[in-house]
Amino acid sequence: MEKREFNIIAETGIHARPATLLVQAASKFNSDINLEYKGKSVNLKSIMGVMSLGVGQGADVTISAEGADEADAIAAITDTMEKEGLAE
Amino acid sequence: MDEHLKGIAASDGIATAKAYLLVQPDLSFNKKTVDDPSKEINRLKQALNQSNDELKVIRAKAAESLGEEEAQVFDAHMMILADPDFTGQIESKIKDEKVNAEQAVKEVSEFFIQTFEGMTDNPYMQERAADVRDVTKRIMAHLLGRTLPNPALIDEEVIIVAHDLTPSDTAQLNKKYVKAFVTDIGGRTAHSAIMARSLEIPAVVGTDDVTKKTQNGELISVDGLTGEVVIDPSTDEITKFKQAAEAFAKQKAEWAQLKTAKSVTADGKHFDVAANIGTPKDLDGVLANGAEGIGLYRTEFLYMDSSELPTEDDQFEAYKKVLETMNPKPVVVRTMDIGGDKHLPYLPLPQEQNPFLGYRAIRISLDRQDIFRTQLRALLRASAFGNLRIMFPMIATISEFKQAKQIFTEEKEKLVKDGVKVSDNIQLGIMIEIPAAAVLADQFAKYVDFFSIGTNDLIQYSMAADRGNEHVSYLYQPYNPSILRLVKHVIDSAHKEGKWAGMCGEAAGDPIMVPLLLGMGLDEYSMSATSVLKVRSLMKRLSTEDMAKMADVALNENISNDENADLVKKTTGQ
Repeated sequence: MEKREFNIIAETGIHARPATLLVQAASKFNSDINLEYKGKSVNLKSIMGVMSLGVGQGADVTISAEGADEADAIAAITDTMEKEGLAE
Repeated sequence: MDEHLKGIAASDGIATAKAYLLVQPDLSFNKKTVDDPSKEINRLKQALNQSNDELKVIRAKAAESLGEEEAQVFDAHMMILADPDFTGQIESKIKDEKVNAEQAVKEVSEFFIQTFEGMTDNPYMQERAADVRDVTKRIMAHLLGRTLPNPALIDEEVIIVAHDLTPSDTAQLNKKYVKAFVTDIGGRTAHSAIMARSLEIPAVVGTDDVTKKTQNGELISVDGLTGEVVIDPSTDEITKFKQAAEAFAKQKAEWAQLKTAKSVTADGKHFDVAANIGTPKDLDGVLANGAEGIGLYRTEFLYMDSSELPTEDDQFEAYKKVLETMNPKPVVVRTMDIGGDKHLPYLPLPQEQNPFLGYRAIRISLDRQDIFRTQLRALLRASAFGNLRIMFPMIATISEFKQAKQIFTEEKEKLVKDGVKVSDNIQLGIMIEIPAAAVLADQFAKYVDFFSIGTNDLIQYSMAADRGNEHVSYLYQPYNPSILRLVKHVIDSAHKEGKWAGMCGEAAGDPIMVPLLLGMGLDEYSMSATSVLKVRSLMKRLSTEDMAKMADVALNENISNDENADLVKKTTGQ
């Protein structure tokens, strides 16, 4: 399993367009990918799941991937996070 | 068989076309226990696939006819359909609880709707609840074998028949094919009526039950001048409507000849007939109808059509476009009028008992100066490109105007210091819609450059009658001597200080009100662009002297709205 922590810096947190982009990025991989925030974990391939967490600015989240392409998945998600100015 | 209905004539014009019923089907069902959950899951999957296929078509059509931005809402819908959590939870519910697919869809979508709506500090998420609701409706319709109206798919000439039309309904309409609107409810100021006037298509509203009497695809004739609607008209009636349409077209052609003329009365007095706009897109109509300026630019659409506060540059571009296009004709820009019945998803306002008496317009602007200063800076920068006048809405006290002017002056000085070119000739005025300001107009006139009377609000506040409440709609009385006296006092007060007074709002284009206003000496008349030529042609045959005599009777002898309406009709031969 691959894991990585992110600190969300985007003013609006993870909703709207950023959430869509993260879900799209995650959906390209076969691995099971989860987003964990405040002890709650949701499927990162689910837009409704991601948005229902209500992740705001300053939040610490953990993304984990498990499967054959787990390393690539985490790399792609990190890339999206950085490109969109979502997290550092 | 032909059936006649009578409604409120809300937008001029006459049309006959097939009815398109924009009515929600009955999606009720009973909860059931199923023996074979896998069969239910197959039904669900089929409904999901059908919904997705339908959305793909709608999305493509919408992008083509309405633009990419409007089409994106359907992307959000498709994403929900493909969401593994959403569909997964529905499937588990069917399997574990052995309920029918309809019940499972309902319960799961209610869970998400409640979660999203519960995020009260996050208006964006609350809006997503509406997306879930829309998608659920579509899945449900397929499960139940019902057809949802899909206005985005219309590709032939139709007349839209609806209970009421919301902004999101009209956003999905391809304006090219829509020949008229007919609705069950609403008045001349309803969204559907305003929309129809800006599209220059006929509309009849408030027919009570047109949706119950009309079948989809049935021929229907609409007369937006008389309020007459005929369902399934006979050949004779179709001819009659056609002739009326031709007569109306002929009259419009006559008016068109006045397009480049000035607005002058029979005794040679000149008045300004201007147009109201909501966005730069409306400029085409303004130019086509030869308005002598913009008397009201409602800037709130810049805020309402956006998912966040519009930036200074975005606003600057819009204002510049309008000012440049109209130059040297004047453009009166009203600063943000949010609150009341207008809300922004990204700017949560407190829940209020009486939003029309609450936190709205200039009251927000003076409180949220960050928003106000951004708007004023954008306006100031645009002022270099035309003849700008700024008007503050919902002013109740002189101190509010002074505060607004102070902020304006500060921003102006900052820009000048930074070397930005701004006009030195920007008039600052106020809307007169609160009775307190109308009564004190003689004092206000010493401070402001102009007044613009907003009749809808002035009437509703003076009569203490909500204009949207049909039980008290009889109190909407623009010709009542009480209202006319307020208007007269405002006009006289402006003139005493060498200032001008205008009126924006529907009354300024009303053929009964215009003769009274001429008689009272109102300087500027701002209305829907489509009314400009009609009013110019009316003014041409009225003399200010006769109108002044008539206004004197209306103000001092008559005692009711109806008496005054009759007086004007009789005197002016309408």
